Amino acid sequence: MTGVRITAWLEERIDLWPLRHFIGKKVIPVHRHTVWYYFGGMTLFLFAIQVATGILLTLYYRPSGEEAYESVQFIMTDVQFGWLVRSIHSWSANLMVLMLMIHMFSVYLTQAYRKPRELTWVTGMLLFGIVLFFGFSGYLLPWNVLSYFATKVGTEIAGQFPLVGHTLMRLLRGGDEVTGATVSRFYGIHIAILPALMTAILTLHLFLVQKQGMSVPPAIEQAHRGQPLKTMPFFPNFLLRDLFGWFVTLGLLAALAALSPWELGQKADPFAPAPAGIRPEWYFVFMFQSLKYIPAKIGPFEGEVLGVLGFSLGGLLLLLIPFLDKKSAVGEPSPLFRSIGIGIIAYIVIFTLLGYLAPSVK
Amino acid sequence: MLRVICFILLAIAAVVVIRVPFAAAEDACIDCHKSLREERLNRPAFKIKNDYHLARGLGCHSCHGGDQTALDNKAQAHSPAKGFLGKPKRHAIPEACGRCHSDPSYMRQFNPSIRTDQVKEYYTSVHGKRLRDGDQKVAVCISCHDVHAIRAVKDQMAWTYPTNVAETCGGCHGNAEYMKPYKIPTDQLEKYKQSVHYETLTKRADLASPTCSSCHGSHGAAPPGVDSVANVCSHCHVATAELFAKSPHSSAFADLGMPACVTCHSNHDIAPPSEAMLGGGEGTPCATCHEASSAPLKKAAELRTMIEGLAGRIDQATATLTRAEHAGMEIGAPKFELIAANESLIKARAAVHSLDVEQIKTATDSGLDVAQKSLESGQGLLSEVQFRRKGLAASMLIIIAVLVGLFLKIREVDRRKRLD
Repeated sequence: MTGVRITAWLEERIDLWPLRHFIGKKVIPVHRHTVWYYFGGMTLFLFAIQVATGILLTLYYRPSGEEAYESVQFIMTDVQFGWLVRSIHSWSANLMVLMLMIHMFSVYLTQAYRKPRELTWVTGMLLFGIVLFFGFSGYLLPWNVLSYFATKVGTEIAGQFPLVGHTLMRLLRGGDEVTGATVSRFYGIHIAILPALMTAILTLHLFLVQKQGMSVPPAIEQAHRGQPLKTMPFFPNFLLRDLFGWFVTLGLLAALAALSPWELGQKADPFAPAPAGIRPEWYFVFMFQSLKYIPAKIGPFEGEVLGVLGFSLGGLLLLLIPFLDKKSAVGEPSPLFRSIGIGIIAYIVIFTLLGYLAPSVK
Repeated sequence: MLRVICFILLAIAAVVVIRVPFAAAEDACIDCHKSLREERLNRPAFKIKNDYHLARGLGCHSCHGGDQTALDNKAQAHSPAKGFLGKPKRHAIPEACGRCHSDPSYMRQFNPSIRTDQVKEYYTSVHGKRLRDGDQKVAVCISCHDVHAIRAVKDQMAWTYPTNVAETCGGCHGNAEYMKPYKIPTDQLEKYKQSVHYETLTKRADLASPTCSSCHGSHGAAPPGVDSVANVCSHCHVATAELFAKSPHSSAFADLGMPACVTCHSNHDIAPPSEAMLGGGEGTPCATCHEASSAPLKKAAELRTMIEGLAGRIDQATATLTRAEHAGMEIGAPKFELIAANESLIKARAAVHSLDVEQIKTATDSGLDVAQKSLESGQGLLSEVQFRRKGLAASMLIIIAVLVGLFLKIREVDRRKRLD
């Protein structure tokens, strides 16, 4: 009753008809790949959790080499439900990267990037890059031993980039070494620069998704040629299913936070030797492990430099996939690019597993 | 084609012909001795490749004399005119090594801060004295430093590297047959291997932990006398030695001619000290001098109770905090505080050497306060774990209720759509 009155109050002042009309006519195609449509919304839900918990953490977190660790320790032990907020922030960050990866590869394998959705893909890829940088910058903030050395190694890898490597490394670190200045810098990047970029690009991404509707894989389109595809109203049928998934995720996050709170570890000590088995967050492990297998020298070139260049080139090619895959652009299945996608997934999975199962390989 | 092959073969032959004399010219002794059949003669030539001296240009001739450039000419290589000495007699070995090692001007060119008094010190040792008396079985330089494969002390393969010293000394001192004429025990090595010092040295890789030479000396090796035992131990255990010196035991031991430290802790098989050593139980050091039910034994039992109380509370706090940590709780602060309790325990254990009850009580009381606080923090964290689990169960019930509601709503809207 109150809802109706609020709607009527708003209607008197703002014309809500276009919005209601849009939501009312928005439909979701129903076919055997419909399940993949949920992962974008799931990523968005986890991002919302990140924003909410992140804002709460900023109330107590202090971004300096002297206070960062102690402030996180304070959040974990003295702040009411601080442990819950921090654990949910850390766990949902990891789940968000996982969901984003599933979303990205499902879009890739269903060729949803094809014309006219090239820009949606490009903005999505940019969002993926931003999320990875969110993860990299956020990992250092507790200023513990693992995060310190992982950042040291990570920024060293960035420093291998030809020509601009050293400048890039100094820019990231705020000096020649990873210090308290790096924490302050990463904090600024983590809570101001990246959120601003994310908001702008995410708005464009969501606008494009709403404008162009959901993509149907070419194989499904061909199978139903001439016949209309079964659909489901976005509101309320699809949204309720989305909500169902979000609540399942919320339960999972609550269980992870309560049963396995995110560890704080030991405070970073730049003078201490690196502990054994240092590795970055799981979503960087495949690259980290690959660099271990590359020989120090390949002909006249540094192996690590070639590796970093290779990953950059790979990322660029992935970004440009809609423009490279000519077959999907005309609505035909594209087995070559499908195989490349499966190959990339297999590579990421295998090298990530190797990173955990064969850490001693150099 | 044939001319090309001939040219290549000639070139290879030339390289071989040119290379052989140059290679041989490096050290004729090694080349020649390597080809000898008798193991006694060829072994040094193979062993010397790892020798510290050879790596610095000091070959066979540096100790044995002779001409190392006389290839295939045994007479010239072994010529007395060329200073050939042959195998030095055992009693002459210290002096032979001392020719260089006792010469500061010569040694300076290799290491400006190296000591050059080893030979002099050696003759103050039991080994050196007996050698002078004509005993050919005692240790000389090569007994401990090896021969022909002499390595620097800092080399982990060296017989004199801290972790290898006990085995080096035990080579003779642990050999009952070899030591028979000297009528001294031969169980030192076995006993030392059971000691806390050996464990610290080998298992914790703490090279500062004592081995044979730390207490007996190296070149001047001799058993420390009754009067100097405390000085030897106090070299590392400074605070404990000071406390003991002020205790009534210090003068009593001196009057009775009993060595300090080893009377209670023994010498080679020093076990990790514990409260169990205190009191009048069977095998306790106190009971070896004091009568049962005597006042000193009662005092020892009192000290033991105080220290055990603190140790027990620390163990309890540690176990509780570990349980909390395994449950995912952050225990950094109480764990850090517990360090102070452990320090009090160490102080109390050390203060036992003073026999000052007040001093020990001060240490245990302050430790107990800290350990109690850590224990309470740990118990608080375990209660928090239970609170979190109950909270999780409650939120799960709400989430499941919402999920059931959503499921029913989805079915309803799907049914309505089908009807439409």
